[in-house]
Amino acid sequence: MFDNFPLWPAGASTHALPVDLLYIFLVVLSVATTLAIFAVIAVFSFKYRRRHGREATPIHGSLILEIGWSVVPMGIFLVIFVWGAVIFFDARTPPQDATEIYVVAKQWMWKLQHVEGQRELNELHVPVGKNIKLIMTSQDVIHSFYVPAFRLKQDVIPGRYTTMWFKATKPGTYHLFCAQYCGTQHSGMIGEVVVMEPAEYETWMGGGVPAGSLAQNGQALFTQLGCSTCHRFDVQGRGPNLTGVFGKPVLLEDGRTVVADENYVRESILVPGAKIVSGFKPVMPSFQGQVSEEQLTSLVEYVKSLSQTPAAPAGNSASLKPKE
Amino acid sequence: MATAVASMEKKNYLNAEYGIRSWLFTTDHKRIALLYLISITAFFFIGGFFALLIRLELLTPAGDLMSADMYNKAFTMHGQVMVFFFLIPSIPAVLGNFLVPMMIGAKDLALPRINLISWYIYIIAGILYLHCIATGGVDTGWTFYTPFSTMFSNTRVVEAGLAIFISGFSSILTGLNFVVTVHRMRAPGMTWSRLPLFVWSHYATSIIMLLGTPVIAITLILVVLERTLNLGIFDPTRGGDPVLFQHLFWFYSHPAVYIMILPSMAVISEIIPCFSRKRIFGYSFVAMSSIAIAAIGFLVWAHHMFVAGISVYSALVFSFLSYLVAVPSAIKVFNWTATMYKGSVSFSTPMLYAFGFIGLFTIGGLTGLFLACLGLDLHVHDTYFVIAHFHYVMVGGAVMGYLGGMHFWWPKISGRMYPESWGRAAALIVFLGFNLTFFPQFVLGYLGMPRRYYDYSHMPEWQALNVLSTAGATILAVGYLLPMVYFLWSLRYGKIATDNPWGATGLEWRTSSPPPTFNFDETPVVTWEAYEYESMSLPEEVTLER
Amino acid sequence: MSDSPLVAEHAEHTEHDRPELRHHFADEEQQRNAASLGMWWFLGTEIMFFGGMFCAYLIYRLKYFPDFAAASRSLSLGIGTFNTTVLICSSLTVAQAVRAAQMGNRKLQVRMLLLTLVFGLAFLGIKTKEWGDKYREHHIPTFDFSAKDLMRDNQHLFGLDKLQNDPQALQKREAEIQQHSQIFFALYFALTGMHAIHMIVGVGIFSVITWMAWKGRFTPGYHTPLEIAGLYWHFVDIVWIYLFPLLYLIDRRPGA
Repeated sequence: MFDNFPLWPAGASTHALPVDLLYIFLVVLSVATTLAIFAVIAVFSFKYRRRHGREATPIHGSLILEIGWSVVPMGIFLVIFVWGAVIFFDARTPPQDATEIYVVAKQWMWKLQHVEGQRELNELHVPVGKNIKLIMTSQDVIHSFYVPAFRLKQDVIPGRYTTMWFKATKPGTYHLFCAQYCGTQHSGMIGEVVVMEPAEYETWMGGGVPAGSLAQNGQALFTQLGCSTCHRFDVQGRGPNLTGVFGKPVLLEDGRTVVADENYVRESILVPGAKIVSGFKPVMPSFQGQVSEEQLTSLVEYVKSLSQTPAAPAGNSASLKPKE
Repeated sequence: MATAVASMEKKNYLNAEYGIRSWLFTTDHKRIALLYLISITAFFFIGGFFALLIRLELLTPAGDLMSADMYNKAFTMHGQVMVFFFLIPSIPAVLGNFLVPMMIGAKDLALPRINLISWYIYIIAGILYLHCIATGGVDTGWTFYTPFSTMFSNTRVVEAGLAIFISGFSSILTGLNFVVTVHRMRAPGMTWSRLPLFVWSHYATSIIMLLGTPVIAITLILVVLERTLNLGIFDPTRGGDPVLFQHLFWFYSHPAVYIMILPSMAVISEIIPCFSRKRIFGYSFVAMSSIAIAAIGFLVWAHHMFVAGISVYSALVFSFLSYLVAVPSAIKVFNWTATMYKGSVSFSTPMLYAFGFIGLFTIGGLTGLFLACLGLDLHVHDTYFVIAHFHYVMVGGAVMGYLGGMHFWWPKISGRMYPESWGRAAALIVFLGFNLTFFPQFVLGYLGMPRRYYDYSHMPEWQALNVLSTAGATILAVGYLLPMVYFLWSLRYGKIATDNPWGATGLEWRTSSPPPTFNFDETPVVTWEAYEYESMSLPEEVTLER
Repeated sequence: MSDSPLVAEHAEHTEHDRPELRHHFADEEQQRNAASLGMWWFLGTEIMFFGGMFCAYLIYRLKYFPDFAAASRSLSLGIGTFNTTVLICSSLTVAQAVRAAQMGNRKLQVRMLLLTLVFGLAFLGIKTKEWGDKYREHHIPTFDFSAKDLMRDNQHLFGLDKLQNDPQALQKREAEIQQHSQIFFALYFALTGMHAIHMIVGVGIFSVITWMAWKGRFTPGYHTPLEIAGLYWHFVDIVWIYLFPLLYLIDRRPGA
């Protein structure tokens, strides 16, 4: 338990060092001030402790001191304000050439989409040394995209876009947290930002479904949980064949047409009776309580991968792009 | 000692009338203060129970003690109970009610029946909130952010919102009473510049209560309406704006923190001169700083929203103003310290709490500067850094001041002395326990541990600091339980107090301990400044145990 | 300056010929001032209370101006104006009642107070009818709300006439109008509802005051309850004076 006792977070963006410097300055200032006040109180307590024969000296005040200890702190505060404002301004001004990545937050996962089409769940792969701008929105409540290693966070709000930009400086894997309380699994809405060398990143972007990926896990689960007994790919089973289903409209028993997006797949696993595909019977059992969030994500990814052509990770970008 | 015994047998506000009716229908501000004392103490322990749940869960990285929903309710209700049912009433409703009339030479507050009504409103609100807890609780976080609270939470949001709405009226009426009292009920000669700083601070607090509380009232009503009638004002899918809620909420909730700290500062301003045996340094500056804090405090609310989607320019303005509001607080700390210069300092329990206050409030206030700093806030907002900061000011500040005040005025309130060595021990235990609980949280915050996380199994490196924090919390709990025990003990076995055991200035010390029902038989005529310690002698009975 | 305690043995207060003077006040003037200051500060808190809602209203009005203007036009100008007049008259009768008390005229007091109650109840009754109309017109959010009639009557104001050739944009705009006008009505009902609650409380208070006046409790020397109740009533009136133009008079230009 105690072999892991960090006191300082890793820094992995161009923003981290300026923030850390400011923080250290403030820590030093605070410690100095606190110690000074403690010292003065200690000295006064001792030097002027109650003793027989020594009376207190009545003093009304001192205008000079009052002005002094109003103006000097205000001056120091102004320095801190300006310093912090400069950093903030920079953090809020994305460079023109930044690569955009879309983020959609929902209870309780992060969905990310690169412009090239690569989609990720709870993971963000970025190349080191490049300006990245996240364009974010939420599907439900307010979340907050927080990467401590970058020293940055930005609330993600339903109904509008918010943006956040960064330039990663060090390859590695860093925590991604949701930092705005959003309900039951707020603590579980975490993920990773994977910063890669440019070459590695290219490989990652170009490859299909990488080994050990979510989709592969999903494929394993699909068999394990028995989905493949009804959702067959060879002959018509009791459930619809899931090839090419993701991202396309689905006709339901009650006449509605819905698009088979992540929500749809997730709902079909947890509450299968909610939407029955036209021509099928409502016989699918619910997997509520039997699959964790991570497993659900893998299954969704797997179903998605059934709609992608083997060579390139295409995908219907329309479903992930935030709505106007 | 003979006079002391005689004064206990005299008619005072405690023995003037007996029977439950004489308490439940009293209009005596001192009895109402005690009614509040009992109720807020009960809520303090309820809020503390929820804190215990939180700290126990956080001992281990996995969320293994309770479900996520249960934890979310625990931190929500910890916050709401502590803020609305403990901190906001605490000093004003107990010490303020008891002392303000006496300090200005009045027989009672201006509106005694309103005072009693305010207590009943508080009780009704409290019962409603307890019912909410018992029937499932609420899990929105104490801040009720939309659209989660209006459209997604399936807990008793409406009930909690209504309970807090009702408790707001209690606050408003208390503030109303103080303002009218200070304006209209001062004894002859008690000019504004002769008022004890306790009264100045409570006046400033009351202004905030009056002007701020109605805004949270309407905000909660809008949330309740939105939830029950599905109005859509905060619903982005229907053209509403969830961030509007945050503006309305923080417009009150920021000044609310000054409601919580100003009365505590009031207490410190009384204790330090007494135990330095000299007048406060810079009286008018300390008095005016209370007013400045109240005024500027209304202008900084959006520093809680730097990452919430407000514009860069708004953020700049609010950050600047937040630095401005820190200056009057600094002025107070310097003036208190300077009061000790060339004084005659002794280390009674109240003075120890005052020292603790200055130290912990200084740390809490300084860390506020970190949060007001835009560049830094991007990192530490909504992390344990914020939690550490506000606990330093609200617990290390406000609660220390409350305890210090309870010890200082206990002889006046009860006619008994508490046992001094136990008092000092408890003060020390609270100080140590507090720092152990909350200092590690600054580190956790900078490391990136977000607020309101119950499971951190992917970040086991946070466990050590969390364990330290929980250990501190248990020590803190002991420190809080001790006064409960020995105050009750002192009611029966404590040394009988004289009128003025501390040799303090202030009109309240010129009546018996406990005071008679109408405080003063003859209205005092004041011809002296506050804190004229040069003319006060130290009572011989004051034996400070070594 | 000595340390001697100021309190002697406590003595009961002597009876005053004015039993209304509470024991903790030195004289009636102090009592009256205290009551009055208390009511003024309380009204200050009411300003902050309504202020929060006004703030929300103003923000959305700025954001969705044309939609708010059109929704506002569906409110009955006639009823609103009439109600405003009723309330102003009620404030007049309150002031007259206070004057009557100052002059010691009990009959006039009671008459004016009864008139005030009549006006107050009339206002509330008319409001109820107005809300009933809104319900029938499907303008109450969540109760089968529909902005279709608004769109039909305000094609130009909504900008719908310009979108006739673009069905997709038209559909989008219509959905927006449905949303934004619902927000207008949500705020309309919240504001007028909160005002109505205050009116009901006022009517309750004035019922008690009227009874007290009838019992002869108010004299030229003492009519504080009437005065401070009057302050409350005037305040509720003033809130309406703000609500009326903000809600009913956004854009009443003919032919717009």
